[in-house]
Amino acid sequence: MNSTIVSYLSQFEGHKKFISILSEALGFDATYLVAFLVFFLASFIVVNVMALVGGLGTYAERKISADIQMRQGPNRVGPYGLLQFLADGVKMITKEDIIPRNADKLLFTIAPLMALVGVFGSLAVVPFSSGFILTDLNVGVFYLIGVSSLVGVAIFLGGYSSNSKWSMLGGMRGASQIISYEVPVTLSILAIVILAGGLSFSTLVEAQGGMPHQWYILHNPFTFIGFFVFFIGALAETNRAPFDLPEAESELVSGYHTEYTGMRFGFFALAEYIEVFVVCGVAAAAFLGGYKVPFDLGTGDLLVNTLHLPPIIGRNIGQILQVGSFVTKTLVLYYIVIWIRWTFPRLRVDHLMTLCWKYLTPIALFNLVGCAVWLYAFDGQSVWELLSHLGGASSGGH
Amino acid sequence: MSSPNLDVYMPIVILMAFGVVAVVGALLFGRLLRPSNPNTLKESPYECGEEPIGSAWSNFNVRFYVVSLIFIIFDVEGALMFPVAAVFKKFNEIGEGAVLLGSLLLFILVLVLGIIYCWRKGDLDWVKSFKLTDEQIKQLNGIEES
Repeated sequence: MNSTIVSYLSQFEGHKKFISILSEALGFDATYLVAFLVFFLASFIVVNVMALVGGLGTYAERKISADIQMRQGPNRVGPYGLLQFLADGVKMITKEDIIPRNADKLLFTIAPLMALVGVFGSLAVVPFSSGFILTDLNVGVFYLIGVSSLVGVAIFLGGYSSNSKWSMLGGMRGASQIISYEVPVTLSILAIVILAGGLSFSTLVEAQGGMPHQWYILHNPFTFIGFFVFFIGALAETNRAPFDLPEAESELVSGYHTEYTGMRFGFFALAEYIEVFVVCGVAAAAFLGGYKVPFDLGTGDLLVNTLHLPPIIGRNIGQILQVGSFVTKTLVLYYIVIWIRWTFPRLRVDHLMTLCWKYLTPIALFNLVGCAVWLYAFDGQSVWELLSHLGGASSGGH
Repeated sequence: MSSPNLDVYMPIVILMAFGVVAVVGALLFGRLLRPSNPNTLKESPYECGEEPIGSAWSNFNVRFYVVSLIFIIFDVEGALMFPVAAVFKKFNEIGEGAVLLGSLLLFILVLVLGIIYCWRKGDLDWVKSFKLTDEQIKQLNGIEES
């Protein structure tokens, strides 16, 4: 049941024709070569768009914070300061690369690499649309949780290898925070897995519908609480304020990346902003209907039937609508993440642990039990379906 | 497809390779542009402008170990629940949901007992508080006075 972007493309005639022509020209079966090329191109696009999203994320962060604090924000480089992130990138590349004398040089160089590799790896299963998902692994959720914790390892390594006391404190805090909040995040996404009956992201999204009342967030009371548990946990896992204790600049100078200069620091920052996008995307896919468009416009059948478009065009317009729906939901969550950062003060480290272990984890366990019992008792129907049944039963009784 | 695994996991390898290329490429490219004149002060770890005292690789608080131990228990149990969660709906459709629900609840009961135990032991508190007896308080006061 694994589907990838290649299996989406292979339903079109042009793709098959291209493979056969290439096979004849090269003299061997070019299926895998074409698959590789498609994957390569798609990955290239995704990586570049995500780097752009990360860069514009820093810009959005500064602009929104300026808005909240009644300042101007960056407004000199490019129109409205839009090219500020490029200027920052140039600056970072041209900065001297300093490795502390007593640092563990190998781990120090590996840490930013690991952060970026972990984040890029988690992009593989983000469902942009029903066709444009790089690979829809049948263990997608599990894979994502595993790969994204590479970033936690990278943060700890970065803090540990610097051999600076601030970095060490930040790295230790980061490690304990990320592993703690992984528990409520895993448990609240497990509740959705139980309702959807599968681990792949397409299963999660296809089990929902386009309209808000078909989303899992409004499926039953437990998933409604579960969304907030997931979102709070995800904020902590990506080290976003109010949980940015690993880099708390008022107490730890700059936390785990105190000793990092130039582009190495830039990769940590880029990884953080892309990870926020990925986490928001997962929240959108699991709880907010993902790429689903209202009235099933996403499949393109409606367009084909009413406007008499050729199926190939209708289907691709549907895909674009799906990508639009997914990206809109994700960016709204992204905005909320930034909004939260500039609204709430930072937690203290003991409050952080109390919140995770004494509040979020028991609530997440309760939600998990609640969803399992709900599925068993009501055959996985949502509150609205049950209500409509009640209405139907009473009207039928007349 | 003869070997579907290759097909499905290819993008992951490609994406991770992109990550490596991005980091290594940017650092190598930057090498052409950036200055490099290290000196001893520049290479010393930041300690608010003071001479760094000792190494940062020293003992750290045992609380971190406790947190990681609790995490391992919960994460392994969470990982073990994934297969059950994935097939729950299918079992429910063929009318075997009660078996899975029972085993899931039993499993979660063990988890809940574990968290209650940790809570009672005070391992979930970041700052552990001890209640001193009156005698101990007197003893401590005695030490201070003498």
